[in-house]
Amino acid sequence: MNEIWAGIQEAFWLIIILDSDLIEITVRSLKVSFTALVVASALALPFGTWLAIRRFRYRRVTIAALNALMGLPPVVVGLIVYLLLSRSGPFGVLGLLFTPTAMIVAQVIIITPLIASITHQAMRELWSEYHDLLISLNTSKRQRVAALIWDGRRTLMTAALAGFGRAIGEVGAIMIVGGNIDHATRVLTTAIALETGKGDFALALGLGFVLIALTLVVNLAIHALSRTEREGTW
Amino acid sequence: MVNYPISVSLNSVSVKRRGKSVLGPLSLDFKVDGFNIVLGPNGAGKTTFLKVLHGVERVSYGTVKWSIPDAKARQSQAYVFQSPIMLRRSVRQNLAYPLQLVGMDKAEITTRVVEWAQKIGLQDVLDFPAPRLSGGEQQKLALGRALIRTPQVLFLDEPCANLDGRSTREIEELLKNATQAGTHIIMTTHDLGQARRLAGRILFFLNGTLHEQGNASEFFITPSTSAARAFLNGDIIE
Ligand SMILES: Nc1ncnc2c1ncn2[C@@H]1O[C@H](COP(=O)(O)OP(=O)(O)OP(=O)(O)O)[C@@H](O)[C@H]1O
Ligand SMILES: [Mg+2]
Repeated sequence: MNEIWAGIQEAFWLIIILDSDLIEITVRSLKVSFTALVVASALALPFGTWLAIRRFRYRRVTIAALNALMGLPPVVVGLIVYLLLSRSGPFGVLGLLFTPTAMIVAQVIIITPLIASITHQAMRELWSEYHDLLISLNTSKRQRVAALIWDGRRTLMTAALAGFGRAIGEVGAIMIVGGNIDHATRVLTTAIALETGKGDFALALGLGFVLIALTLVVNLAIHALSRTEREGTW
Repeated sequence: MVNYPISVSLNSVSVKRRGKSVLGPLSLDFKVDGFNIVLGPNGAGKTTFLKVLHGVERVSYGTVKWSIPDAKARQSQAYVFQSPIMLRRSVRQNLAYPLQLVGMDKAEITTRVVEWAQKIGLQDVLDFPAPRLSGGEQQKLALGRALIRTPQVLFLDEPCANLDGRSTREIEELLKNATQAGTHIIMTTHDLGQARRLAGRILFFLNGTLHEQGNASEFFITPSTSAARAFLNGDIIE
């Protein structure tokens, strides 16, 4: 019990003095997950919207596949990315394994289906609401998509935030493809796993607090967004 | 705007949904001129008829042809839906939207929006979110948004269903002014008093078909079918 208490105290101390390891790891975590978020959003937002508007032959199958991908265990994603990037794999020549880029790739694969799925649901709802009006106003395809994206922007941001939350808290995949290398690919979650294993609870807890704070911020933002949406405040 | 006549011809149009016939088969040459009112009991196919004319409802069979090219036809028409569709934006932005779509310049849009907000009595809630307006206010906004582009043909599906007496009169004034300015109107209503006040021509629908049509003055005094007579008396039609 004493050991834990001492750990907590020291953890706070690390945060207060802005311990260089802690800062470095936090910044790297944010960089990796934010980049993954940008890439995943660029893929998932248009795709989810398109899926909501367009009727095509394999639409149902695509949606089912999307939902299945959402449930893909991150560790398995890690394994697959590892195999693809490893020296004998198809992308081995790029030498990306155990780099932040590899971690970004893994996170993009994990969160793209999530963001696309939330986007699809929100856009489908909005589209069924707007359909008759937008057709009646003789809008072009581009104008329709613009109206949907603009009026659904809060939901889309919620989707993106949910993706970010998942990315920053993920550990299994990035551990495999990043390798948790000090000063290179060590991020919040992998560092916590390592420090806990070593028995260095102070740093583990300090990193843990930072991670909790980040998750809290993301969730508060989601909450605030959904409240403005519900109350229709602008 | 000049008040030139416009016509539409329906060639054995039918609409089927889930194996059930909802409208038609209907063949009709219709000169849309002045104030046309579509009457009929619930489920008669009035809404479907309006949507088919406007081209927002897919027909299962047959063709609908306006006397002007398709692309121009819808551009010059406007539709007020039975349950108002509000963009999740402010009242101001809802009114501005149809004008923005056609690329009108900003200053002109601002003037028109203010002008129309006054006409529909929503000038004090311009920055209020439209989805949070009351049902009646939403209907007024939907009407303003439809009229703001001065359409050639205006479809109205029970535009006064949720309005009180006073608002109804105000809307009727707006509609009369619109017809005088050259807009042709096709409207459904369950308010026979309103139909009497406004209609030039009546289309009476029953069970998905056009059962009877004629000049309003004749229709209300001497309807030629027993179903129309029963409908005007408020009887149950079989
Ligand atoms: N998508 C659909 N699937 C099945 N039935 C439909 C569909 N759309 C309309 N209908 C049916 O078609 C019939 C005509 O509907 P419509 O809305 O045109 O009637 P209406 O005359 O406008 O009625 P109301 O006065 O109640 O507005 C109704 O019986 C309705 O249930
Ligand atoms: Mg109807």
